[in-house]
Amino acid sequence: MSLSQAETVAVAPEETGGSLGRDAWRRLRRNPVAIAGALLVTLFVVVALLAPWLAPYPPDKPVGQVTPVSIPGPSAEHWFGLDDLGRDEFTRVLWGARWSLVIGVVSLLLGMAGGLLLGLLAGAFGGWVDGVVMRVVDMMLSVPGLLFAIGVAAMLGSGLDAVMIAIAVVNMPIFARLLRGQMLAQRRSDYVLAATSVGVRRRRIVLGHILPNSLTPVIVQGTLTLATAIVDAAGLAFLGLSSNDPSIPEWGRMLADTQRYLSSAPLLAVFPGLAIVIAALGFTLLGESLREALDPKYRR
Amino acid sequence: MRRYGMPLRRTMAVTAGLVLVLSAAACGGDEETPGTGGTEAARGSTLIFASSADPAILDPAFHSDGESSRVTNQIFETLVATEEGGTDVVAGLAESWEVSEDARTYTFKLRQGVKFHDGEPFNAAAVCANFERWYNFTGLAQSDSVSYYWVTVFRGFAKNEADTLGKSLYGGCTAKDDGTVELKLTEPSAVVLSALTLSSFGIASPKALKDYKADEVSGTAESPQFTGTFGTEHPVGTGPFKFGSWTRGDKLELVRNDEYWGEKAKLSKIIFQPIEKAADRAQALRAGSVHAFDYADPADLESLKSAGAQVLERAPFNMGYLGFSQRTDIMKNQKIRQAIAHAINRENVVKTKYAAGAKVANAFMPDSLWSYSEDFTKYDYNVDKAKQLIAESGVSNPTLEFCYPSGVSRAYMVDPAGNFQLMKADLEAAGFKVTPKTSPWSPDYLNSTQAGDCPLFLLGWNGDFGDPDNFLGTFFQSFSNQWSFRNEEIFKTLSDAEKEPDQAKREALYKQANTLIADFVPGVPYAQSPSFSAAAKNVQGWVPSPVLNDKLASISLN
Amino acid sequence: MLRFVVRRLALLVPILVGLSILLFLWVRALPGGPAEALLGERATPEAVERVQRLYGLDRPWYEQYLRWVGNVLRGDLGVSTRTQHPVLEELLRTFPATVELALTAMIFAVGVGVPLGYFAARRHGTWLDHASVAGSLFGITIPVFFLGYMLKFAFAEKLGILPTAGRQDPLMDAEHPTGFYVLDGLVTGNPEAALDALAHLILPGIALGTIPLAIVVRITRASVLDVLHEDYVRTAEAKGLRPATIRGRHVLRNALLPVVTIVGLQVGLLLGGAVLTETVFAFPGFGKFMADSITARDYAVLQGFILFTAVIFVLVNLLVDIAYGLIDPRVRTA
Repeated sequence: MSLSQAETVAVAPEETGGSLGRDAWRRLRRNPVAIAGALLVTLFVVVALLAPWLAPYPPDKPVGQVTPVSIPGPSAEHWFGLDDLGRDEFTRVLWGARWSLVIGVVSLLLGMAGGLLLGLLAGAFGGWVDGVVMRVVDMMLSVPGLLFAIGVAAMLGSGLDAVMIAIAVVNMPIFARLLRGQMLAQRRSDYVLAATSVGVRRRRIVLGHILPNSLTPVIVQGTLTLATAIVDAAGLAFLGLSSNDPSIPEWGRMLADTQRYLSSAPLLAVFPGLAIVIAALGFTLLGESLREALDPKYRR
Repeated sequence: MRRYGMPLRRTMAVTAGLVLVLSAAACGGDEETPGTGGTEAARGSTLIFASSADPAILDPAFHSDGESSRVTNQIFETLVATEEGGTDVVAGLAESWEVSEDARTYTFKLRQGVKFHDGEPFNAAAVCANFERWYNFTGLAQSDSVSYYWVTVFRGFAKNEADTLGKSLYGGCTAKDDGTVELKLTEPSAVVLSALTLSSFGIASPKALKDYKADEVSGTAESPQFTGTFGTEHPVGTGPFKFGSWTRGDKLELVRNDEYWGEKAKLSKIIFQPIEKAADRAQALRAGSVHAFDYADPADLESLKSAGAQVLERAPFNMGYLGFSQRTDIMKNQKIRQAIAHAINRENVVKTKYAAGAKVANAFMPDSLWSYSEDFTKYDYNVDKAKQLIAESGVSNPTLEFCYPSGVSRAYMVDPAGNFQLMKADLEAAGFKVTPKTSPWSPDYLNSTQAGDCPLFLLGWNGDFGDPDNFLGTFFQSFSNQWSFRNEEIFKTLSDAEKEPDQAKREALYKQANTLIADFVPGVPYAQSPSFSAAAKNVQGWVPSPVLNDKLASISLN
Repeated sequence: MLRFVVRRLALLVPILVGLSILLFLWVRALPGGPAEALLGERATPEAVERVQRLYGLDRPWYEQYLRWVGNVLRGDLGVSTRTQHPVLEELLRTFPATVELALTAMIFAVGVGVPLGYFAARRHGTWLDHASVAGSLFGITIPVFFLGYMLKFAFAEKLGILPTAGRQDPLMDAEHPTGFYVLDGLVTGNPEAALDALAHLILPGIALGTIPLAIVVRITRASVLDVLHEDYVRTAEAKGLRPATIRGRHVLRNALLPVVTIVGLQVGLLLGGAVLTETVFAFPGFGKFMADSITARDYAVLQGFILFTAVIFVLVNLLVDIAYGLIDPRVRTA
């Protein structure tokens, strides 16, 4: 869960410039890990976007008769078999990508926005603002991620929006701390000192120089956070914090609801589980190789 | 079947290749079932029963959940009991009884020579002390969540502290002599005798009740706390088992009562181990670490059988229904209610989510109960008819708020979320729009359905005793927020039936009530299902009771 | 050193105060407020009013806060609405199980992770290295409860070995003076019981330990790689010291420093992961209790447990910092 917390290894500030971008791109292309990650992510996104056209059956209607002791497994007609209500499991796994993407992206954007705002406040103003913001961030980080998310989600009541906000809130302090660190480092860098000395206005320095240059590690962290957001949403669904509508094909929920069939139809939980792993692995691989590509220190 | 853990006679220390530091004892021999061939004889007669949760409390008067009564059924006994495996009333602590003609005086002849586990004598005075205790509950002990069954059966207390309580049916208890009890009622009732089989009317030692402060309840009505230790450490009754020890979340032990008046238990000990999920209980049984469990998931039955376990069936004495709260205009509309009844493919729900042996229910009581007959209106699955009824109802774009519970599984509703999804798909096919709403079973869901907040809700009922009053009377005898309708004809028929001493007349009244109810469509009954228990091959003599009154004393292990 | 410890302790105060305010406000922010949280949906206006008076909820918020903090400091965390027992009692009852589980997970993670990371680094660029990197990425992404499900399926369902529910066989006539079942078995002279408890810990321990394992492998590998390129190692090699001496005295010892920090950081991960793991394995610990409380919306328990976890987490990290300060003097002044 608090993977992202453990993994908040700040990326060293970058000297920017066209050459670095090109350099990074070259390194990415040559890295098999990056290619594997990119392929998985592409697969995931394509499936998510095209689910309605790719899926052979409706996701929420029974298409065959099942009973608790006879749930047909994979066949030519139903690639992943039927689920416990007689719906096409393959269709539901495909649709699940769409829900995962929505949950992942929305919670990431919310968390990033909140975190960036906090980090920007702290980094740009420094002084007591910085002190207060960072204490709040410390405080938020002192609760283990999953428990924090549980608390927030429970407070907001049930529903997918509660889940997304909960994940966003958990990620906020990570982004805040990351951005602040970056901005502090940038502030002391040569080009900012140069800009200040030639009389460029403070706001322009922050928005025009410091912020854009600090964003590289944020992008890396964002990619990694997408992976954790997908896994975390599944974890919350597993604990019963999920949409009110159980017919929504959401991977975590599908996995949680079909654990009962461990002895009679064990594959029912395996498909959504593997789907989660594929999506999360894709973003993790991509994020890790992005980090390596963008950070000279990792070039080993 | 492999097993682990138990007598480690042939223990192998397995050091899994990847686990460097841990070495663990696992996978013992290949004994087929637990308890066999144990090195100690005592182990051979200890039954491990996987329950689904810890009991709430072991004071019969204060519990209303199945896991508590499963335990108290072994420790306490009632004046009258249910026959083994059925619902007929048979002798319990009372050897015989007489009911006066006006059904207001019940005379019980008590069994002689019975002793409580603490050595106190069981006699008429002790029985009356129990009745007086129940009748004189005050404060929090009067609330529904504490003394549910007394309130349900006897309606009120000596001094009622809430307006919702009625005048008590209890009119006094007299010890005619040491072995004769006379129970008086303030009104005739044909139901009390069956109701006295409920485990909640188990007779406890008056001395222990007093010594261990059974009546001390604090906290709030919604979340009562029992401060005395009677219900947690010192439950004292007359049953074939005595309380041993209880570590919450881990295990609860009962030991044989060697002074028992009747046939003594064959088991020397019963251990209840809480394992919440049915799939985990099934796995524990297949692995041989428990002997028996209840509430088997229909999905596990095949694997249990193929692992050599016995699957025992409890005759269906329940029904699951889709209820309507007629608080909103749309639910007051009879055409809409009929449309819903026609829209739902009950056959498919039962087939998909219930075990073989489950049936579609058409009435608000099981078809095995006396007075049931099928001459009332039935609603077949007919989407066109449903659409037509919606059109006739005058409601355009009907939207239904539909509540279902989480965190619960019952024989009549194995997978509530599954039932919900199937019904939602059916309702949508007929042209309804469905808004889902869910909450945890206890307390939120039960509270909100009881308050009538849910226009559509999934509920059900497992019968407590073999009388139609326990079904129809519980639901429809008077106005309740849950259903939020007033239909005086139904109300009157049912209260007449409750008071009627003549069996033939009662039967006619319940038939009439079923007809009225079917025409009115207060909800849609859809399932009645057997429930399943499983036991290891060597467990013998377990007779599951349809009203969950299992007496585990008849079990032996070989 | 003492000044360092005091300074670190002083830094904790604002965090804990802030956190307590946050948790206090959290219950106030629940839909319907604390009275309804307590009453559930049965909250009639009269009942709400009664409860508000009973718990002093009609007082100003800072007064309520101080009262609550006072109660917490006295060990009164309220009463669980689900089990109707005091929250503190439930906490103390269930926590040892989770500590035992977390320790098992950590022993697994370090016991497997350090050697694996070390050999991956030694054989840098070989298949072992690639496999350990790929494996650790996989380990990080696989959801704990999915892994638990697969373990259950493989070991319990298919192979029929290892228990998947509970902490100990109920037939074990074991005494539990400490609440740590393995330890209990040992101190009461009942090795069977200890082994049985250990057997119950294996599968959940592996499930819970997998993410930490992945992290430990990565950190060890990276840090061994760093150390291998340090000058003193090259000097030692040039001096002709025996490879075993170099590995033992220089490489491993220096490479393990970052691992120590990481172990401290995992405490939060373990406590969070325990909620999922214990649910999968029906393991009656802190996490399972917490998961059940979520389902039942038992807010008093959630509040108390989250506060407790945060305190533990913060304290363990403090201990790690101090330990680190002892090992590496540079940290003290940093």
